[in-house]
Amino acid sequence: MAQKSESEIRYLTPPTVEIKRKKYCRFKRTGIKYIDYKDPVFLKKFLNEQGKILPRRLTGTSLKYQRKVATAIKRARHLALLPYVTDLMK
Amino acid sequence: MINQYETVFILTPVLSEVQMKEAVEKFKAVLTENGAEIVNEENWGLKKLAYPIQKKSTGFYQLLEFKAPGDCVEKLELQFRRDERVIRFLTFKLDKHAVAYAEKRRSNKKAEKEN
Repeated sequence: MAQKSESEIRYLTPPTVEIKRKKYCRFKRTGIKYIDYKDPVFLKKFLNEQGKILPRRLTGTSLKYQRKVATAIKRARHLALLPYVTDLMK
Repeated sequence: MINQYETVFILTPVLSEVQMKEAVEKFKAVLTENGAEIVNEENWGLKKLAYPIQKKSTGFYQLLEFKAPGDCVEKLELQFRRDERVIRFLTFKLDKHAVAYAEKRRSNKKAEKEN
């Protein structure tokens, strides 16, 4: 019985398999050497909706620049340029 | 050893324009007294804070970039801690990449002002 209904399942939208895109570190590629803690617009790219720092596996940044981004974000939070926690920030 | 620093501090919004200017002048005086040379100064004006500090949701942001010997920073921060108009401050030592970035930022800020 389960077998038959299995094939009958029709998806409304065909399940898109996530094409594996090679992640790259945007800092190495664009040659940015210093991440400024004073402009929150750029730092927001590395935060999710709750204002938490995105992990490297999602953004693909290298360890050296991820640390710089993390300290810059923490400094911006200290100066109230970025919130510590929020909802639907974007 | 002369290093380059930049400090950003937030003043309470309760202040009037005159008091705010006078507070900024006071900190600049503290800096020049201790042998610092102020390179750049920016006033971002009244900005909304991301979270309330001391029950206030807006503040006057002020940026000061200066070249100074190491011990001058401690004196400056002592003044920040004493002054109750300042609700938050952050001093940052610029390394060589940061200095290059600040240089570029200043030049295109000036270019913006001109045109």
